[in-house]
Amino acid sequence: MEEEIKEIKSFDIKVWLKLRKFFKQYLSQLIGIVAFMLISAFIDVALPLFQSYAVDNFIVNNSTEGLNKFAILYFLVISLQVITVYIFVRLAITVEMRLGYDLRQSIFMHLQSLSLSYYNTTPVGYIMSRVLSDTNKIGSMIAWGLVDVIWSIAYVIGVFIAMMILNYKLALLIIVSIPLMVIITMFFQKRMLIESRNLRKINSKMTGDFNEGITGARTSKTLVIEHLNLKEFKKSTNDLEFTSIKLARLNAVFIPIIVFFGSATTAIVLARGGYLAMNDLMKLGTLSAFISYAIGIFEPIQQLARIFSEVISLQANIERVTEILEKEPLIKDSEQVLEKYGDNINPKKENWEEIKGDIEFRNVTFKYPDGDEEILNNFNLFIPAGTNVAIVGETGAGKSTLVNLACRFYEPTEGQVFIDGKDYRERSQLWLHSNIGYVLQNPHLFSGTIKENIRYGNLNASDAEIEKAAKIVSVDEIIKKLEFGYDSQVGEGGDKLSTGEKQLISIARAILANPKIFVLDEATSSIDTQTETHLQEGINYLLKGRTSFIIAHRLSTIKKADLILAVRNGKVVEQGTHLQLINKKGYYYNLYTKQYEEEKTFEVLK
Amino acid sequence: MDNIKILLLHMKGFKYLFLISFIVTTLRVFINFITPQVIRFTVDSIISEEIIKSSLVINLTNYFGGRNYIRENIWICALAIIILAIITCICDYIGRTSNAKASEKLMKSIRNSLYEHIQKLPYSWHIKNQTGDTIQRSTSDVEMVRNFMSSQLMELFRTIMLIVISLILMFSMNYLLSLIVLIFVPIIIIYSSIFYGILSKQFLVADEAEGQLFNAAQENLTGVRVVRAFGREKYEIEKFNKRNKEFSDLWVKLGYKLGIYWGVGDLVTGLQIMAVIYVGVIQASKGIITLGEFLAFVSYNAMLTWPVRSFGRILGELSKTKVSLNRICEILKEPEEKDEINNETPDLSQDIEFKNVNFKYDNNTPILKDISFTIKYKTTFAILGGTGSGKTTLMHLLNRLYDLSEGEGTITIGNVNIKNIKRNYLRKNIGMVLQEPFLFSKTIKDNIKIAKPEASIEEIRNVSDVAQVTKSIENFEKGYDTIVGERGVTLSGGQKQRVAIARMILQNTPIMVFDDSLSAVDSETDAKIRNELKKRKNKSTTILISHRITTLMESDMILVLDKGEIADIGTHEDLIKKDGIYKNIYDVQMNLSI
Repeated sequence: MEEEIKEIKSFDIKVWLKLRKFFKQYLSQLIGIVAFMLISAFIDVALPLFQSYAVDNFIVNNSTEGLNKFAILYFLVISLQVITVYIFVRLAITVEMRLGYDLRQSIFMHLQSLSLSYYNTTPVGYIMSRVLSDTNKIGSMIAWGLVDVIWSIAYVIGVFIAMMILNYKLALLIIVSIPLMVIITMFFQKRMLIESRNLRKINSKMTGDFNEGITGARTSKTLVIEHLNLKEFKKSTNDLEFTSIKLARLNAVFIPIIVFFGSATTAIVLARGGYLAMNDLMKLGTLSAFISYAIGIFEPIQQLARIFSEVISLQANIERVTEILEKEPLIKDSEQVLEKYGDNINPKKENWEEIKGDIEFRNVTFKYPDGDEEILNNFNLFIPAGTNVAIVGETGAGKSTLVNLACRFYEPTEGQVFIDGKDYRERSQLWLHSNIGYVLQNPHLFSGTIKENIRYGNLNASDAEIEKAAKIVSVDEIIKKLEFGYDSQVGEGGDKLSTGEKQLISIARAILANPKIFVLDEATSSIDTQTETHLQEGINYLLKGRTSFIIAHRLSTIKKADLILAVRNGKVVEQGTHLQLINKKGYYYNLYTKQYEEEKTFEVLK
Repeated sequence: MDNIKILLLHMKGFKYLFLISFIVTTLRVFINFITPQVIRFTVDSIISEEIIKSSLVINLTNYFGGRNYIRENIWICALAIIILAIITCICDYIGRTSNAKASEKLMKSIRNSLYEHIQKLPYSWHIKNQTGDTIQRSTSDVEMVRNFMSSQLMELFRTIMLIVISLILMFSMNYLLSLIVLIFVPIIIIYSSIFYGILSKQFLVADEAEGQLFNAAQENLTGVRVVRAFGREKYEIEKFNKRNKEFSDLWVKLGYKLGIYWGVGDLVTGLQIMAVIYVGVIQASKGIITLGEFLAFVSYNAMLTWPVRSFGRILGELSKTKVSLNRICEILKEPEEKDEINNETPDLSQDIEFKNVNFKYDNNTPILKDISFTIKYKTTFAILGGTGSGKTTLMHLLNRLYDLSEGEGTITIGNVNIKNIKRNYLRKNIGMVLQEPFLFSKTIKDNIKIAKPEASIEEIRNVSDVAQVTKSIENFEKGYDTIVGERGVTLSGGQKQRVAIARMILQNTPIMVFDDSLSAVDSETDAKIRNELKKRKNKSTTILISHRITTLMESDMILVLDKGEIADIGTHEDLIKKDGIYKNIYDVQMNLSI
C-alpha cells in the first residue's frame, strides 16, 4: 500500500472541525466516556489511601477493629471500578466502531459519485487505504485516545490533590520533575515516530523485493543472477536491521530514563518523608501512600505525552479522509435535472422518458482532464438508433474515448452530445446509465453467486428471466452442471470461472439489462471454438435493434458493422463502411490486412 | 522440533546476545525485588525501631556507620535506591539492545535465506505455489516470529523469573500471605489464557469480516466502470454498508467481551490485593510480620499483577508464532535445485541434439511425444507451432528449468548430456528472451547490464542499437536512467521485448533463444533486429520461435510442431513445396486474399 511522507505538523483545530458532523452524533457517548474515566481515575487515586489507612489504623495501632468494615468498603470500591471499566470499554468500542462505520459509509457513498477520471488517475490501493485504514485509525484514536487522555489527566490531577492534602511540601518536590519528564518523552516520541516510518518504508520495499524475486524467478534463473538479486536483497535487510536496532536503542534509552525518574522520586520521598516521619511530622501510612503515588504518577504522564504526539499525527489521517470527502465530482447533474429526475440514490423514475437510442456528437471538442492534447476537435457524428458502430485501431490508440463520451463517463470540453435529440446534460446520469449495457474485455464479476452476477443487469429480474438470459448465450447448460447451479460462488473477481465463462455471464448480465445502448469491448484472448460460437450468438442478440459501440478486434464483427471508425493516436482518422474504407487503401486497410493475417495463422495452427 | 533446530541454526554466531539479555533480565528482576526491601528496611529499622534480624543486614548497617548514623543521614537509603535504579537502567538498556540486536540479526538471517532459497527452488515449485501466499509467509509470518523473539520471549522469561523470585522472597517472609498470592497466580493465568483463546477466535472472525469489507470496496473500485454503466451506485452502497455493518457489529460485540474480560480481570486482581491487605493486617496486628514486611509484600504483589495477567496473552502469541514458524520452515525445507555429481563445463559452441524426447508436467497430459532433431552449431533454427504445441517446453528443457525423466530421451550439446552439465554454467551460456519478458524495477541501464554488471555505457548503447530500442529509450525524459515501472513511465510490450533482447545480446552467449519475443515488434523492426544479429562477429546458434513467416523463412532449418509432435522439418524451400501447416500459413501471410 502506498505510503507518503507525513510531515509532523503542529496542531491545527481547523482540520479536526472538518469532521465535526461525525463527532456530533456521538456527543452523549463521548461525554459518557469522559464521566466514567473521571470516576475510574478517582478510584485509582483513592486505592493507595486504603493501604495507608490500613497501615495507620490497624498495623501501627496493633488493632483489627473495623477491619471487616474496611474490607467491605474496599470491595465495594473495587466493584465500582470493575463496573466503570466495563462501561467505558463498551462506550469506547461503540464510538470507535460506529464513528469508523460512519466515515467509511460517507467516503464510499461519495466515491460512487466521483467521476471516472478520478479513478483513472488514482490507484485503487491509494483509495483503499483511505477507506479502510485511515477511518479505522481515526475511530480508534478518537475513542481510545480520549479514554487515555481523560484518565491520565484526571489521575495526575487527582494524585496531586491527594499529595497536596497529605503533605504539600513533599508534593511540590515531585511536581518539579514533571515538566522535565514531558520534554524527554516528547523528544523521544518524535524520533521514534520518524524511525518507525522509515521502518515501514523499508518493510514495504522488502515486500516489493520478495514480490520481484518470486515473479521474476524464471528470468533470474535464465540469466543466472540469483546471487546478484540476493546481494541487493541483503541491502534491504541490512537497512532493516540497522533501522530496527536504532529504534530499539531509542526505546532502550527512553524507557530506563522514565523508570529512573520514578525511582529517583521514590528516593527523594523516602529521604524527605523518612526524615519527617522520624520527627513525627508525618504518619508512616502517609509515607507509604506517598511512595505509591510517586511510583504510580509517571506512567500516566508518559502516556499523556505519547498520546499528544499521536493526536498530532492523526491529523494527517483526517486530512487524507477529508480530501476525498471534499473532492468535487467532475460530472454533476444540474439542480433542475436532479429535481426532475432524482439522483443516483433516489431516482424519480416516474419522470424518466423512454429512450430511443439516437446519439449525436455536435461540434464536440474533447481533451482528458489530465492530458493536454485535444483528442477531438469539432467532431460531428450522427448515429441513428439501432446503428452498429465498430471502433478499430491499435492497442492504446484511444478507442474508448468515444464510448466514454457517449456514456457520459466524461463530458465534452466544448460542444454537445445529444441523445434522442436532447442534450444529455438535461437528463440525469442514472437515466442514461440505466439504459446502457456494458461488456468488458476482461469481464468484471463481483464475488457472490452466478445468479447475483447476472441479476446485476436488472435487480428486479425473476429467476426465470435470469435463466432465459443465460439460455440466450447457452451458458445455461454450463451453469447447471456446476454443483450448486445458479447459486455457485464465482469467487473473488470471478476467478473460479474460466475467462470464457466469465464473458458469457457478463453478456447474460447485459441481456438482462435490456439496454437501448450497448457497449462491447471485444476480447482478443483465444477461447475454445464452442464458447466463441455461444459468445457470438449472445452478441448478435444484443446487437439487434440497439445502438451499439464495439471496440472491435474480430474481422467478422468489423465487417458486419454499419459504421466503422478507425482511431489512431486518439483521433478518428477514417470513417465509413468496410467496403468504402478498404477501397480507400488507407490506415484501415493496413490494420485490416494485419488482423486478417494473424487470425488466419491462428486458424491454421489451432 | 525441526523448526526450532532451524531457528537455532540461524542464531549461529550471536546466541550469546540472547544469553546476555537473559542474564541481565534476571539481574533486573532481582534488583526489582531488592528495592522494596530497601524501602522496607528504611521504614522498619531506620524510621521505626524494628530489630534487625538478618546478620547480612546488620553487617551492612554497621559498614555504613550503624543504625543511628543512618538515621541521621537518611540520604544513604535514598542513595541506595538511586544506585539500584541506575543498575536497573543499565541492565534494561543492555537487555533491550542485545535482545533487539539478536532478534534483528536472526530475522535478517531468516529473511536472507528465505529469499535465497526461494530463488534456488526449482521452477516447478514456483509454478505450483501462489505468489501471494509465498509473500505472506516471507513477510507477515516472519514479522510474527520477529515480534515474538524481540519482545514476547523476554517478557515470558521475565514473567517466569518474576514469579519464581517473588515467591521465594515471599515465602521467606510469611507462608500464609505467600499462599494467598500463590493461589491467585494460576487462577489469573488460566483465566486469561482461556479468555484469550475465546477472544482470538473472535478476532479471526472479525478479521474475516474485515477481509470481506476490503473485498467489497476493492471490487467496487476496480469494477467502477461496470457499476457506473449499469447505474448500480445505490446497490453498491447498500452492499458495502451491509459488510461495513457486519464488520463494525462484530467488533462492537468483541469489545463488549473485552470489557467483561478486563472488568473480571480487574476484579480478580483487586480481590487478590484486598486479600493480601486483609490477611496482612491481621498478621501484622498479631505481630507475626512487621510493618515493613507488610509494605514489601504489598509491593511484591503489585509487581506481579500485570505480568501475570499478560501471561495468558503471551501463551496465545506463542501458539500463533509456532504456526508462523512452521509456515516459514515449510518453504525452507523444500529441496533446492541441485547439481548432480557430474558438474561438467564443456564448450557449448557445439551442435544441440534432442533425441526421442518425451515430456509431461504433473497433470500427466503428454506435452512432447518422441521429439528428435539436431540444431547445427552457428545456424539459425526456427520453430513454428500453435498455443500448447510444446515449443516453450522444449526451451524450458534446454536450459534445465525442467529435467527429463529417466528413459524419456536425452538432450545433448556436443555429445554431452545436459544433465551432466552444471546448471548455472548451462544457463549462462544460453541467452533467452521470453514472450512476456520480465524487467526488474531498476533503471533501463541496470536492466540491460543485469547479467554483466561491468558493462560500459558504450556496450549498452551498442546492444540497444542492435535491439532497435535506442530511440525509444532516449525518448524517455531520463533516458537510460528511467526506472522501469515507476509511476507515469510504462514501457509498451514491444519496448519491453526489445530491452530484454538487448539484455540478452549483452550476455554474448553461444546459444540464443527468442521465444516468441518479437511478437509485439512490427515486421520492419523485427527484420532490422535479425539483420543486426547476422552482422555480429561472434555469431551464435540462434533459436527462433515465431508465428511470423517472414521471421522464420530465412532460417537454416524450420521445425513445425503440432500438439507435441513434429509435423515437419526442413528449410523454407522444402516446406513450401509440401501441402502442410507451414505452406498454409505461408499462403495466408503472403498472398492476402480479402
